[in-house]
Amino acid sequence: MVRLVWFETIKTFTRLRTYIGFLAFGILVPLVVAGLKMGGQRAFERNLLAILEQDFIIGGNVLNGWFFGFFFLGALWVHVPIVLTLVAGDQIAGEGDAGTFRFLLTRAGSRSRIITAKFIVTLLYTAAMVLFIGVLTLGLSLAVFGSGDLLVVKRGLVVLPESGLPAHFLLAWGLAILSMFVVSSLCFLFSAFTDNSVGPIVATMAVIIISLIIITLPFEMFQAIRPWLFVNYFDTWQKVFDDPIPWGDILRNVWILLGFTALFFSITLAWFNRKDILS
Amino acid sequence: MTDVVLRTVNLIKRYGARLAVNDLNIEVCRGDVFGFLGPNGAGKSTVIRMILRLVFPTAGDVEIFGRSLRSAGQDVLDRIGAIVEKPAFYGHLSAYRNLEILGGLRRPVPRSRILEGLEQVGLANRADDRVKTFSHGMNQRLGLALALLSEPELVILDEPTTGLDPQGVKDVRDLIGQLARERGMTVFLSSHLLHEVEMTATRMAVIHEGILRAAGTVRDLLGNGDAVVAVRTDRPEAAVRFVEGHGGYPTAERRENGFALKLALARVPDLNRDLVQAGFQVYSLVPERSLETYFLNLVGD
Repeated sequence: MVRLVWFETIKTFTRLRTYIGFLAFGILVPLVVAGLKMGGQRAFERNLLAILEQDFIIGGNVLNGWFFGFFFLGALWVHVPIVLTLVAGDQIAGEGDAGTFRFLLTRAGSRSRIITAKFIVTLLYTAAMVLFIGVLTLGLSLAVFGSGDLLVVKRGLVVLPESGLPAHFLLAWGLAILSMFVVSSLCFLFSAFTDNSVGPIVATMAVIIISLIIITLPFEMFQAIRPWLFVNYFDTWQKVFDDPIPWGDILRNVWILLGFTALFFSITLAWFNRKDILS
Repeated sequence: MTDVVLRTVNLIKRYGARLAVNDLNIEVCRGDVFGFLGPNGAGKSTVIRMILRLVFPTAGDVEIFGRSLRSAGQDVLDRIGAIVEKPAFYGHLSAYRNLEILGGLRRPVPRSRILEGLEQVGLANRADDRVKTFSHGMNQRLGLALALLSEPELVILDEPTTGLDPQGVKDVRDLIGQLARERGMTVFLSSHLLHEVEMTATRMAVIHEGILRAAGTVRDLLGNGDAVVAVRTDRPEAAVRFVEGHGGYPTAERRENGFALKLALARVPDLNRDLVQAGFQVYSLVPERSLETYFLNLVGD
């Protein structure tokens, strides 16, 4: 299995499309940080601090690197799925489209092993992308805006001391990775249904967008199905910045996210093991 | 007892309402160069895909080296090398890397073996080039290198000469003969070209509309029946008049430097003798049998 994973890693990480996401965020994030430095930061001061200063006395460097690292994480987690699907959607469909399954599946020990190796590499790519975005946004923000305690405005005001922030962010990134695992595994599943990698990308984004609309609308009927939608657990990472941290909720959500990932992967395996390869 | 390496048992494949393969029973014995002949769309590739477990049979089974594919699963394929339709590789990777990955899925392949395989098909000097820069013929040769990489006992080749230039076609045919003669491999060769099977195979099966139409030795199956015989003689106009006036021969069609007529293969020596005895110089008598005419004879339509 290690060799299969290594082969899939070579195949995935020697393709240009794998780096589109890294390239996009590698350009976008420095641009946004530059924009914040050249005026955007003042907008935060006007819109956020001015309101808070009506009730609180705020001192020190509040709009610091940690704050913007937190802000980026909140702003980008809806956009990250787009770049993840570029790779996840191509993992199975791409082989079908190219016709390489004709060699791959006749020479492999089993279909399950091939699909498992592909899935592991998809998860590796997902984790690498989330970590890249996390490290890039936080690193650049700290470099440009300096350090300090983190001010979190969320149903109240929480100030987290700087000394504990690296641990908070590491945990948040870990939870964000778990959320994105669900996205990648759903796209991976759709990829098994077709030989065209555009289809899984569109289908995955459609599911995410529709689910987000459903969980946002305050209709009673929609609220009832909300717990069954995986996007409902996407913001689990934000709970790490609550005080106190709701460990019970986080643990429950971790199991739910892992459950969705395992479910999508199991369906992929079951489907692909009986699929006729006609391409 | 004959050593059967591949057997299909009442093999059926249905796609919705369409029956692609209907109750197919064929046997390939060790050492055969087995020609699997049929026109495009006859079901050849579907059968090959079922043998290689790319497509699952609706009913029936495939036995490889005496083991059922249905119960033994993918492991049975360990002793098979195959090319199904057009060989497809990872274009962004080199030829060497493609063989390393696709050849090493079950167990690692030594570097020396990969280079030897590339050498064998004349691609040693392109080992480090990306496959997307390769021509169709080079892809075909790389496919052969991959199919032979693990020294398989059974080699399945699906239309291996399609798209090759004449030298490439000759090379592949020579290689097929060499595999059977010198390396003791059994070759299963699918083709829609009658003469290709005639030139390379020892035994053959004919499939049409998913149904097995004939099976046996190439000599028995192709040694009989009708063919259009192209005759080159001196004085072609006179030769045509002679043949048509002789009786017992059908109407001849005039061609450059000769004529052609449809004739039972068994009567070709008679035609030759009659022409020579009548004083004509016969330069050549070539039976031109297309797959279409062969099928028309076979199905009696």
